[in-house]
Amino acid sequence: MAIFLTKESKVIVQGMTGSEGQKHTRRMLASGTNIVGGVNPRKAGQTVDFDGNEVPVFGTVAEAIEKTGADVSVIFVPEKFTKDAVVEAIDAEIPLAVVITEGIAVHDTAYFWAYAGKKGGKTRIVGPNCPGLITPGQSNAGIIPADITKPGRIGLVSKSGTLTYQMMYELRDIGFSTCVGIGGDPIIGTTHIDALKAFQDDPDTDLIVMIGEIGGDAEERAAAFIKENVTKPVVGYVAGFTAPEGKTMGHAGAIVSGSSGTAQAKKEALEAAGVKVGKTPTETAKLAREILAG
Amino acid sequence: MDLFEYQARDLFAKHDVPVLAGEVIDTPEAAREITERLGGKSVVKAQVKVGGRGKAGGVKLAATPDEAVARATDILGMDIKGHTVHKVMIAETAPEIVEEYYVSFLLDRANRTFLSIASVEGGVEIEEVAATRPDAVAKTPIDPIDGVDEAKAREIVAAAKFPAEVADKVANVLVRLWDTFIKEDALLVEVNPLAKVASGEVLALDGKVSLDDNAEFRHPEFEELHDKAAANPLEAAAKAKGLNYVKLDGEVGIIGNGAGLVMSTLDVVAYAGENHKGVKPANFLDIGGGASAEVMANGLEIILGDPDVKSVFVNVFGGITACDAVANGIVQALELLESKGEEVTKPLVVRLDGNNAELGRTILDDRNHPLVQRVDTMDGAADKAAELAAAAK
Repeated sequence: MAIFLTKESKVIVQGMTGSEGQKHTRRMLASGTNIVGGVNPRKAGQTVDFDGNEVPVFGTVAEAIEKTGADVSVIFVPEKFTKDAVVEAIDAEIPLAVVITEGIAVHDTAYFWAYAGKKGGKTRIVGPNCPGLITPGQSNAGIIPADITKPGRIGLVSKSGTLTYQMMYELRDIGFSTCVGIGGDPIIGTTHIDALKAFQDDPDTDLIVMIGEIGGDAEERAAAFIKENVTKPVVGYVAGFTAPEGKTMGHAGAIVSGSSGTAQAKKEALEAAGVKVGKTPTETAKLAREILAG
Repeated sequence: MDLFEYQARDLFAKHDVPVLAGEVIDTPEAAREITERLGGKSVVKAQVKVGGRGKAGGVKLAATPDEAVARATDILGMDIKGHTVHKVMIAETAPEIVEEYYVSFLLDRANRTFLSIASVEGGVEIEEVAATRPDAVAKTPIDPIDGVDEAKAREIVAAAKFPAEVADKVANVLVRLWDTFIKEDALLVEVNPLAKVASGEVLALDGKVSLDDNAEFRHPEFEELHDKAAANPLEAAAKAKGLNYVKLDGEVGIIGNGAGLVMSTLDVVAYAGENHKGVKPANFLDIGGGASAEVMANGLEIILGDPDVKSVFVNVFGGITACDAVANGIVQALELLESKGEEVTKPLVVRLDGNNAELGRTILDDRNHPLVQRVDTMDGAADKAAELAAAAK
């Protein structure tokens, strides 16, 4: 089963012909993803060879869907053009758009998020500024390395890319149903709550690991959601206890403003909802192991 | 990026939000000529990015050009809540104020949209009004696609119960302020107070603007708005090399890849420091995904150049980043620094996992640099780095 992405997923890549797009399309193909096409209006009708895999390039997302039945788009286009690319994906009603691009102006994200809502919410957006998602052994939509871990029964949702990899590595012997990198921008499409809800409903997930970081109140909201709606065990980790107030720590959304958005407040909210929160990624993994061992 | 008041004033003026005349200076003598031009009197306002400057004595009225010079002399160099005043604005004196209001537009993260906040009780911190008299604060969600037209502006005016005689003028200010918010890619535009003066006019007397650094790709002019005087020299050097670096006040230099992992590394080092004389992380430095040997070398050069740093922890989980490139970067950086005749004496603790980790570890082991230690786990490496920093403290 897994969530959002399975071996049935037919994936297109917007920006496939760019350098990042090419590099990661090759990696996604190598990890077994069913890539059915790329989109670039200037190279429509051509094909791109990936180690013997001839992938067709379409002029628009709509055309790609029509010709291939694609239901996932991974977006690598540069930040200047990302808003238009996401709007195009929404107009084409693709069920899942994964926005990898980093450095998007928040006005652009606010715009395409509102646009998706106006179009009836037919497109799930993951990102922006995220590593995408992977269902190990089935499909990989984004830039998460496929060789860290194997299929298993842990669900992972994280604001941070490298902490996603670290946690996959810590628990690599147990394996994961799906790992979702939701991104560290101030506005993101899919939230911790969306992933928690999907993992709760996924019969192939036994335990959920959620990774948060300073900034905003997404973790506090997730804690409230867990308390009311999640019966599966949840283990948490929050990064940024030592971050000073008013400084952006790498991710555009990772900033403590006054007394809001602190790691301490997030940890307390999660613990109050019954989530076991680790002090370090390794300790968090250990908590997950203990729960799974009963 | 938070702007100074004078920068906010300039942006308001650019988008026809009504403001008073004012110029920014950094030497007292310049206050004379500006005050003469403003009709012989002025207000001298400290330019600091912190609230409460009036109470701290950072805003003074000057009745003559000489007095303006004297007040500027007093205020320049003053410390306001830890911020040194490097610039003052010499502003036109406000006409008699009848009422003070508050208006702003901002990013509403929690609801993934924009928000208008308006109140007829301005002139004080809006958080204070919201806490004591919540009914006096009107919050109106703004659709990012529809924005603020005249009808929406009137909705805000009605929600905040602005008096009828200023309704048109405030609505007009709101439309122009929204224009500022959108065209300048702002995260916040705030006018406080928005003053009704004796003539019946409505004026933005003070304001705050925060801009989205991620929008710099379509705003090359943002570059000039950065406060270079306030930037830490190490932060400035890192920025010049395109590195994502924040100076902190500890002793363990940190280099890692990915914002989340680096934040986590700071925390893990701080925990480890609890057992080692309370040493703390000295900085945040994210070399990013797919970092090359050159980026690693640049980062290491910045960290080793920080006199506060007693040990360095390089913590890399190779996703896209290849650990052999990281290892080569470490070796190259050390060789480069040594070839420049700089004595490298600070110990480095390195933890490599993920993409090409074995190869990276082998490169470091083969090089066998006396200052470089490899530790296999993140927690173990943090402990070692803290221990080494404590020993050198």
